[in-house]
Amino acid sequence: MGHAHTSSGHAGHDGQPLVGHLVAPWILFATGGALIVLTVITVAIRYVDLGEANLLVALAIAGLKATLVSLFFMHLRWDRPFNQLIFLSGILFVVLMMAFCLMDTSQYRESQYVGNPADVQAVLDKDAPNAPIAARKSPDLP
Amino acid sequence: MTTLPARPAAPTYDTPESDNYLTHDKGFLSWILTLDHKRIGVMYTASVLLSFLVGGIFALLVRTELLTPGRTFIDADTYNHFFTLHGAVMVFLVIIPSIPAALGNFVLPVMLGAKDVAFPRLNLFSYHLWIAGAVCTVVSLVMGSFDTGWTFYTPYSTTTTAGGVIPVIVGVFILGFSSIFTGMNFIVTIHKLRPPGMTWFRMPLFLWALYSTALIQVLATPVLAITLALVAVERIANIGIFNPAMGGDPVLYQHFFWFYSHPAVYIMIVPAMGIISEIIAVHSHRQIFGYRFIAFSSVAIAIFSFLVWGHHMFTSGQSSLMNTLFSAISFSVAIPSAVKVFNWICTLYKGSISLNTPMLYGLAFLILFTIGGLTGLHLATLNTDVHLHDTYFVVAHFHYVMMGSALIAMVGGLHHWWPKMTGRMYNEKLGMIACTLVFIGFNVTFFTQFMLGSHGMPRRYYDYQPEFQIYHVISTIGSYIMAGGFLLTAMYLVQSLVGGKRAPANPWGGATLEWECASPPPYYNFHEAPKVGDPYDFSNLHWDERGEGYVTVKPPAAKA
Repeated sequence: MGHAHTSSGHAGHDGQPLVGHLVAPWILFATGGALIVLTVITVAIRYVDLGEANLLVALAIAGLKATLVSLFFMHLRWDRPFNQLIFLSGILFVVLMMAFCLMDTSQYRESQYVGNPADVQAVLDKDAPNAPIAARKSPDLP
Repeated sequence: MTTLPARPAAPTYDTPESDNYLTHDKGFLSWILTLDHKRIGVMYTASVLLSFLVGGIFALLVRTELLTPGRTFIDADTYNHFFTLHGAVMVFLVIIPSIPAALGNFVLPVMLGAKDVAFPRLNLFSYHLWIAGAVCTVVSLVMGSFDTGWTFYTPYSTTTTAGGVIPVIVGVFILGFSSIFTGMNFIVTIHKLRPPGMTWFRMPLFLWALYSTALIQVLATPVLAITLALVAVERIANIGIFNPAMGGDPVLYQHFFWFYSHPAVYIMIVPAMGIISEIIAVHSHRQIFGYRFIAFSSVAIAIFSFLVWGHHMFTSGQSSLMNTLFSAISFSVAIPSAVKVFNWICTLYKGSISLNTPMLYGLAFLILFTIGGLTGLHLATLNTDVHLHDTYFVVAHFHYVMMGSALIAMVGGLHHWWPKMTGRMYNEKLGMIACTLVFIGFNVTFFTQFMLGSHGMPRRYYDYQPEFQIYHVISTIGSYIMAGGFLLTAMYLVQSLVGGKRAPANPWGGATLEWECASPPPYYNFHEAPKVGDPYDFSNLHWDERGEGYVTVKPPAAKA
């Protein structure tokens, strides 16, 4: 058995357990190891050009890591379904925020200037010469 | 057939006790390190009221400067600092913590018949974080203050030379965690510490409101913290996130900021609505009308609050698809809000209304919230918003909601629970005069601004066309009347602490559990676990001349 529950011997005088739910150390170490591996993958994937898919992969890995933390480190795997539901609703709001922001940026992207007007470029050259956008220039700018 | 009893059972009196939470321990440390939710609530209340004074002084300075076009007594840069400080102090230090952290902390466990909140240490930590956040704001003043507006819009906030931006961002970051901890504590307390018999639908409506508020605090506040951290990163390390000059996207900042800050409006207003449900029911001595509708509308508002943030960004360059979506969803918030207003009015109908100070604040709320809510519809409409955006119309609208509703409800709640918190009654006549002054002053100040805004006066401007001056003068006079009202309030509340009449356990005739313990409550709130009944059944409560308070008179069992 991978985890142990509190025994009745640990119960306080009002019936409440004195020790919370316990998880076997190997599960915690395995979760920690998985998180490190996923972090390495996140960094490694940065060097592979997948186009638009880079964002999706990064988000998927981040989501997986958050799931591992909540399931094992936060003990949600063994918690009441209601609390799991509450947690999932939190994730729903994150998805909502990102989806709306991404929908919006993809909509107004066409009306954005690509590249910089001369005075902005001057600031960039001075303060942030390596900024990625500095390399691009809008065709309709002088 | 039921026969009425000839004589009711003898009433019980709950006299003030010598050993209560105020006298249980003595000394500065017994307060600043206390784990007692009541003391933490009182400390929050005092701190919030002090911040209200500071924010109010900034407001008066801003209004005085606007008496004449051009310079009246301060220069434009100082004016920018003053209106920013007014906004930041009022939002982050006053209105957000005022009801949940100050009044909620005091009332919530007592309403549940519990000894304390679920995590008393976390509660104290939350207060200490609030102090740390307030200190950061003071530090920012010393380091050159900030002139970004309370919204910290990029790229200005990442490029302005004002030296206090980073300290205040750190302060708001810390205050966010203070708010999250309070919310988390309340969620767990309501889930776990409800007494036997208090089902979800026998819970006082103030607790439903605090629960909904806590959900928003926990879900939305982390986004603000991270967004402001990104602003700090951009400002310190020159990494382009929001500044277009470095490849960032300023509209994205607005998305992130309003994803928190619109729900934050509901962190302010939903608990205020909870207070109004209590005040209207108790002082009308009538069963609340539509209990379930009011309860569910709190939760509905909490959910809707996450879906409307884009209505702050109609003219920001946000795409027309999102504008349309956010406009449509914003209208739907009117439904649960109106459900509440109609239910409160129905509660008043045929009630036995005690027209005292808390009730006056309750009625003021109804009027001001209705005006604030309805003018919100003008702003949610895309084409009118293009005209009204960033004008005084918006300033007037959100002051009607944030101040006229949230803060007025807080002051009403303070009067409602003042006898319970302090064990003293205040001067009722002065209370009613002060409330009238505040109500008149408020409307003179802000109704004028609706006209000012619709005529085209932009918000936050230091200078203006001479034709706007008459509106500004009227508005400033209104702010002085309002300040007079609040000054009077402060005077008679302080006076009541010194020489006020001793308060009975139940001065208003409330049926929720906090009115069953003595005023002020004993250290552990209740000597015996109170019996849970219908929180809005006032039929057994009768005024008793001898104790000058309400007592529960239980009728003997009726004979068939």
